[in-house]
Amino acid sequence: MTETSRTTEAEVERIFREEYGRVVASLIRRFGDIDLAEDAAAEALLVAVERWPVDGVPPNPGGWLTTTAARRGIDKIRRESHRDAKHQQAAMIADPTPHQPTGAVEDDRLRLIFICCHPALAPEARVALTLRLLGGLTVPEIAAAFLVTETTMGQRITRAKKKIAAANIPYRVPDAEDLPARLSGVLAVLYLVFNEGYLATSGSSGMRTDLTAEAIRLCRVLRSLLPTEPEVAGLLALMLLTDARRTARFSASGELVPLTEQDRATWDAEQITEGLALVRECLAVNRPGVYQIQAAVNAVHTTARTSADTDWAQIAALYAQLLAISPSPVVALNRAVAISELDGPAVGLAAVDQLALDTYHPWHVTRAELLRRLDRPADARAAYDAALALIDNPAEAAYLVRRRDEL
Amino acid sequence: MTQYMMSVHTVEGEAMPTGDDMQRMYDQVDVFNQKLVNEGIWVFGGGLEPIETATTVDATGGEPIITDGPFAEAKEWIGGFWVIEAPDLDAALKLAAEASAACEGKVEVRPFQPEPA
Repeated sequence: MTETSRTTEAEVERIFREEYGRVVASLIRRFGDIDLAEDAAAEALLVAVERWPVDGVPPNPGGWLTTTAARRGIDKIRRESHRDAKHQQAAMIADPTPHQPTGAVEDDRLRLIFICCHPALAPEARVALTLRLLGGLTVPEIAAAFLVTETTMGQRITRAKKKIAAANIPYRVPDAEDLPARLSGVLAVLYLVFNEGYLATSGSSGMRTDLTAEAIRLCRVLRSLLPTEPEVAGLLALMLLTDARRTARFSASGELVPLTEQDRATWDAEQITEGLALVRECLAVNRPGVYQIQAAVNAVHTTARTSADTDWAQIAALYAQLLAISPSPVVALNRAVAISELDGPAVGLAAVDQLALDTYHPWHVTRAELLRRLDRPADARAAYDAALALIDNPAEAAYLVRRRDEL
Repeated sequence: MTQYMMSVHTVEGEAMPTGDDMQRMYDQVDVFNQKLVNEGIWVFGGGLEPIETATTVDATGGEPIITDGPFAEAKEWIGGFWVIEAPDLDAALKLAAEASAACEGKVEVRPFQPEPA
């Protein structure tokens, strides 16, 4: 504790963000009001910024923040006489729940996740609320990450919170019967956050890399809350195995490097070890789902020593399994890629050409690469151009232009 | 408990069901209504006559002005609705799914404002 006097404001803010979801979730249960919970948490931060550098960080900072915020919240309710009796009453109830989670399903953060990702909210609002309330990101940060103005993002979040209150969206974990469908909605939000960071990363914008880290962090929280749901483990594994290749995805000049050409030595060994362990755990549970299968595909890629060692038969089989439980032309395209590695580019192209995906740039890229292997340079060039017309990611554009111009 | 309106909308140009289709729908809705009444969920509900029967009254300028027809020219209008009382939106959405299956149409769910304390 002797070191704590040196706690900086930045350190206080890091701890605050780390604890934010837990603190706000607990306050929402107590006050039944998201705005009040957020205001109270913000006031607790101000107190912490003032006190912690002097007194040191308390042994249970989350508990300290929750208690401090709850007091501020109650003060606020007392001051504002216009608040209705229900709020008054809710606030005055002595809170018997200790700060530590009392059990997986009882954790307030789990309730909060299911509110934030409720199907009655617009998908972009689900993402924004999740990052705001669970991730503790500020409205300007979320606005910057999604390239919209702060006003737009602020309104999106306000509208969603208003709907939660007015429509009485319940603050609880769904019944066992509804859990699978609702959980898949939550996982979709986390994966969307991850992809928003991962796919848009051009190596220049730091905030977007933060989105992948945030998605992984939130997925870890979800896994700690629902440790027996294999799809949660599957999504975490998928994120880790994908993110492990992050630095290898871009060349020094900022050009996208496809999987087959990546320097495998630069992949993050720690993330791969953790991801592979999760995939093995999923296999043992044997309740496959879309994220687990995609994680398994990534595990196959990751365990191949070189690109040439890739077990394409295994990958084709996994995509066939994915296609069976979640049919989509995009999955069919991925399977066709594996088929082309097994049976040759002509067979692959025939499968690719059957798919109605001409607004999806990877379809054009796949065609371009197959046409190139089939020695049809004019057709390949046209396919690269079609792909380029559909993308705005500079790293990927640079790669495709180079590939096209090699022909 | 929150009160919700579950409304069913008629879209211009969409053929109304007739004969056996109509009868089947009525029967399904009857069963659903009875369930709402039995379980204490029902507040009010009913089907509306066609939009051609609407009359609009405007007394905002003093003397009421009475006009034949709906409030606004629209491509769709409310054909019927239920007002229910449910513990929360999740419960209301489950009832709306049953309502939609029974009346064979989309159902919009909207909360009522709470009564002033």
